[in-house]
Amino acid sequence: MLTTPGLGLIFWMTIAFLLLVVLLGKFAWKPIVNSINKRNESIAMALQAAEEAKKDMLKLQANNEQLIAEAKVERDALVREAHKLKENIIEQAREKATEEATNIIKTARENIHFEKMAAINELKNQIATISIDIAEKLLKKELENKEEQKQLTDKLLKEIKIN
Amino acid sequence: MTNIATHFKTMKQRTYIIFSLFIFLAFANANCLRAQDNHVADSIGKMEDKHGAHEQKDFSEVIMEHILDAHEWHIFSYKDKHVSVPLPVILIDNGKLVSFCSGRFHHGTEIYNGYKLCGKSDFEGKYEGKIVRVNANNEVESVPLDFSITKNVVALFISIFILLIIFIPLAKKYEKRENQAPKGFQAFVEPVIQFVIDDVIKPNVGEKYYFKYTPYLLTLFFFILINNLMGLIPFFPFGANLTGNIAITLVLSVLTLLIVNFSGRKSYWKHIFAAPGVPVWLMPIMIPVELIGVISKPFALMVRLFANITAGHIIVLSLIGLIFIFQSVFIAPVSIAFVLFMDLLELLVAFLQAYIFTLLTSLFIGMAVAEPEHH
Repeated sequence: MLTTPGLGLIFWMTIAFLLLVVLLGKFAWKPIVNSINKRNESIAMALQAAEEAKKDMLKLQANNEQLIAEAKVERDALVREAHKLKENIIEQAREKATEEATNIIKTARENIHFEKMAAINELKNQIATISIDIAEKLLKKELENKEEQKQLTDKLLKEIKIN
Repeated sequence: MTNIATHFKTMKQRTYIIFSLFIFLAFANANCLRAQDNHVADSIGKMEDKHGAHEQKDFSEVIMEHILDAHEWHIFSYKDKHVSVPLPVILIDNGKLVSFCSGRFHHGTEIYNGYKLCGKSDFEGKYEGKIVRVNANNEVESVPLDFSITKNVVALFISIFILLIIFIPLAKKYEKRENQAPKGFQAFVEPVIQFVIDDVIKPNVGEKYYFKYTPYLLTLFFFILINNLMGLIPFFPFGANLTGNIAITLVLSVLTLLIVNFSGRKSYWKHIFAAPGVPVWLMPIMIPVELIGVISKPFALMVRLFANITAGHIIVLSLIGLIFIFQSVFIAPVSIAFVLFMDLLELLVAFLQAYIFTLLTSLFIGMAVAEPEHH
């Protein structure tokens, strides 16, 4: 009894089990296995993408650091140059000022000299005029009597002869 | 002592009555219930002094009744009143389809339309458990083909129903939660599915062909597992010894045999009919040996599952039976402790046998589809 398979049970089991395989195969195992496989793939892809993103990030970071370093160097150079330029400008301004001052002094001296000469000349002229006036007056006074005139003329003549 | 024992029994039976009442409401079939037997014991006094001896003698029968298939689903007996779910009988008698309710047999005590459900005492036990047609002189006229919806067929349908309502909505959930982590019940079942695919099917069948055999192998695993587990639950809609029935394991192993041999490639057949490295004069011995191997592999599968599950059921029932054989409630704690241990062991065996059957089937398929090795 225990080891005699029943015909009816074999019949129902064959039908029911085959039906079960078909139904579960189509509506359960296929979608389940497919979505597990799909999920596994997407997980693998996500992990790979994360790894790549990490690498890119590191690269980007390195790049950034380099950029910052470069910017610092450039900034330092700029500052240095500006400093130099400032000093140059100050130096130039100082030189120019000195030159200008020298020029002004020189012109002033020249003017003074010129004015002085003009004043001297004028003084000379006035002295000459005054001298002539004095001489005239003296002569006029000397030549008032004839005698004296004669004497002087003689004397002058004499002087000329000696010469 | 007997008083305590009977008290204990009635307590147990009361819970059975309450439980089975619910089941009856669900399964009630008007015609069948009308046919139910309503024999009441003649006198209670007469029962009591005979009860113990009667049970002691027949406990192996109780075990066999549980292990074997039946035309009705016995739920419990109270004194001489048997409560069971009657099931449809379908017979093909001389090419004619006959169908009626198994309640008509009144637990094998009555003949219906000439059909008799034979017991142990009928015809010297020759047709025990079978339905035969008898003539007026109570002689066997014919043995019709029996396609009845028996207890095991009902258990089969229930298990298939459970598998369908577990896995089809699960597949829907997978489609709905695409590329998301498994959640809830899905997370509970997925490791098992993944285990079967990744550790049983793939390494044995091979990456190349595994997908084609996945539906059969996964169904096989979960069918055996769920029926093993259902067999361990001792209450009505469960408890049938389905995977411990040779007809069930026969169908499973024949399917394996067919699948293996129909997927056999050149190298598989070459190993059978012209095994490499075997001298020609040995062929007359080797070919029959190999052909026996083809049959014996699935045969071993069939016997292994059948024997393991049946043996487990017999041991559990025997341990329970100790209480009734010793007629002492004080043996119960010992029995319960052993039964608990056995049930835990059977839980392991349920998984183990499902695993082994699937593993070996995968292995045989893998051997059949293997490409010839290039040295």
